[in-house]
Amino acid sequence: MLFTLVGLSVQAQDKKEVKKNKNAKYEIAVNGNCGICKKRIETAAYSVKGVKSAQWHQDHHDMHLILDESKCSIDDVHAAVAKAGHDTDKVKAADADYDKLHHCCQYERL
Amino acid sequence: MQKIFLLLLLCVSFAQGQETISGKVLDEQNQPLPGAGVYWLNTSIATSTLEDGTFTLPYSPENTKLVLSYLGYASDTLTVTSPQFINHKMKLSQSSELKEVVVDKTRKSLERNQVSAANVTTMGSKELLKAACCNIAESFETNPSIDVNFSDALTGSKQIKMLGLTSPYLMITEENIPSVRGASQAYGLSFVPGTWVESIQITKGAGPVVNGFESISGQINYELLKPINDIPFFLNAYGSTDSRFELNTHFNKKISDKWSSSLFLHGNTRVSKNDMNNDGFLDNPLAKQINVMNRWQYTDAEKGWVSFINLRYMRDEKQTGELGFDPDKDKFTTNHWGSEINTDKLDVSAKLGYVFPDMPFQSIGLQTSYNWHKQDSYFGFRTYDIDQKSFYSNLIFNSIISNTLNKFATGINFNYDKYGEFVNAIDYSRIDNSIGAFFEYTYDNANDFSIVLGGRFDVHNRLGAFVTPRMHLRYNPWEKGTLRASAGRGKRAANIFAENQSLFGSSRTFNVIDGGGKVYGLNPEIAWNYGVSFIQGFTLFGKNTEFVVDFYRTDFQNQAVVDLFASPQQALFYNLNGKSYANSLQVELNYEITHHFNVRTAYKYYDVKTQYSTGMEERPLQAKHRFFTNLAYETHIVEGGRQWKFDFTYNWMGKQRLPYTGSNPEHYQLGNYSPSFSLMNAQVTRTFSGVFEAYAGVENLGNYTQHKAVLGNHDPFGQYFDSSIIYAPIFGQMYYAGIRFKIK
Repeated sequence: MLFTLVGLSVQAQDKKEVKKNKNAKYEIAVNGNCGICKKRIETAAYSVKGVKSAQWHQDHHDMHLILDESKCSIDDVHAAVAKAGHDTDKVKAADADYDKLHHCCQYERL
Repeated sequence: MQKIFLLLLLCVSFAQGQETISGKVLDEQNQPLPGAGVYWLNTSIATSTLEDGTFTLPYSPENTKLVLSYLGYASDTLTVTSPQFINHKMKLSQSSELKEVVVDKTRKSLERNQVSAANVTTMGSKELLKAACCNIAESFETNPSIDVNFSDALTGSKQIKMLGLTSPYLMITEENIPSVRGASQAYGLSFVPGTWVESIQITKGAGPVVNGFESISGQINYELLKPINDIPFFLNAYGSTDSRFELNTHFNKKISDKWSSSLFLHGNTRVSKNDMNNDGFLDNPLAKQINVMNRWQYTDAEKGWVSFINLRYMRDEKQTGELGFDPDKDKFTTNHWGSEINTDKLDVSAKLGYVFPDMPFQSIGLQTSYNWHKQDSYFGFRTYDIDQKSFYSNLIFNSIISNTLNKFATGINFNYDKYGEFVNAIDYSRIDNSIGAFFEYTYDNANDFSIVLGGRFDVHNRLGAFVTPRMHLRYNPWEKGTLRASAGRGKRAANIFAENQSLFGSSRTFNVIDGGGKVYGLNPEIAWNYGVSFIQGFTLFGKNTEFVVDFYRTDFQNQAVVDLFASPQQALFYNLNGKSYANSLQVELNYEITHHFNVRTAYKYYDVKTQYSTGMEERPLQAKHRFFTNLAYETHIVEGGRQWKFDFTYNWMGKQRLPYTGSNPEHYQLGNYSPSFSLMNAQVTRTFSGVFEAYAGVENLGNYTQHKAVLGNHDPFGQYFDSSIIYAPIFGQMYYAGIRFKIK
């Protein structure tokens, strides 16, 4: 019962945020290991048109994003990062993409 | 959907049928403390605070003890008798205060930037402490990129060179506001006490366009201590065997959470006359300086505002010449030759910066400064008075193009200089003003490549309307390898008298050959600078090693040539007619011998030539070959902060071309070249605790001095007198000691 409530409330909030924010801030979890991962993750994020700033932090495994929601959505970033081989808190990378990573970048998958 | 949800929520709370208690938890700085634990004592009714520090917890009258807890803070138990709103501030616990984890990787005191496109070396405050004393002109002695010349007997101030060019070709800025320029060119660096400085950034080659068009061989920017992170009290006292004493005190106060202020007081003096070489002339001037600065900082991180306001006054007095010279009796007489240089300086500057809160990559800044510089001086019978009033302002807007890989800076600046300049009562007064706009684009692929393209357009009443292009690029071809290239143009009006004041201490007649230009009859100086550099880091025998090689070329299209080759009795100034260039090659190897024991070595080659009236000649007082090494060792910091630090610098200077003296009688000749020689400096610092440290050292350990420092010293009013040809130290071995006291 409580679980459905939480689910409903999230959905309700999502609808409110439909207003196009040109400098929307997000913090998403992205799994990775090292400095090379950082470059790959950030490059993937920047490949999404509308991402203005992307900074991945190796010690927290999170990425701070500022993006223009009239040009892209946070889901596009999740997808792009996963395509580069890195799991996010929303999208898991395809095994094939994960396997393509340099062996030192093959982080422990949760 | 929402309504249903609300309804359900209401049902839930009604079902529980209880009152609630709510409140907010704050930390010592009154900031919300998220994630703090809140529970009723001896119950399982618990929650934690939200991001804004608030919480809500079911309330029932039987529970009266509310416990608030947070890691690192003392837990508090509150007695609650009614369900009111609770506002609670938590205090850091004394006993369980989190122990700091110290990562043992010493930050290098001299650090080359691996990421920026320009060739920038940052000197930290630790590096600044290695010099004997005490102003920033002297602080470059342990830095291979900058050559410190020997102070001439007349002024006692050290001149610096980069890429084989003297400091007028450098842009020197204080927190990115041009500071040492115009009238202050000769002594300006010695008017900045080293203890005021937080760090120095040295850019080799073309500088950024944001600060102006004047830089040719590079830029030196110094950052002053910031009131917001300054310590409450600092004291430094220094004394040396050349009878120089200095005292620095800093006071800092945080006035509110947004305002903080620092007061800096500096005084220095040289009280007795030194003549180690027995030539009848002082080796260094008698001096007195008082220097006061009050600095204010306003920071509002939440709203994105930051501001600095500086107020500063300085008075500097110097006296030099023959030992027996007494200004009251002998000024403007032939009893004794003497000189006095008195300078007053007043600076007011303000900066205001705003970072857009939801766009941290976008900011706007305004820099303004007003400077007044007044120098009254005489050299024997020659008088030189200069008074400069300057106003500078720069408005800069920083933002991005689509994302932070593409950044730009753009803006406009305005500069006004009013000079009152009198050489032997001949009036050279003038007003200079310029207005310019700039745009600088930076692309960085966040990986191995970045490029900065900059351009500015200026309209100047004497230099005309002109474009200044500048470019920097960086590429990392492989791990720990950095390749850089730069190119740029610079243009400036030479202040021929202010920049060549040491020549006043001679019997040379000044002869400016009018070329029809607008600055003393001369044309503006224009030069292009090109450079490449390569850095490779690697491990050798398991230790960090850095190899650096760079090559720069400066090509003058026009130059205000200072000709000391035509005759030893003349200084000629004229427009360049032919070629003038400066090639500089530097090879550097830095190695960490053991933990805390570092060695820096550098070899430098300079090929600096100019077309003079007598032919193509090497620029005088510039060694072609130089070798530099610096050894730095420090012990582990033991309990209470106790530590030893040792520093040793060795400099070898090849022969230097000397101004022409061949037509003088033999006794007054110096030859075409100076001998080569080496110099050693050493320093020991003992830190007793975080509060107190003492240091002692020696400069010119080998006691090398120039053989004939003052030509014609027995007849200073005769035609062969010249005290300006200084290629080596005049004062021999010099010992010094000092203390530093800090209250944190």
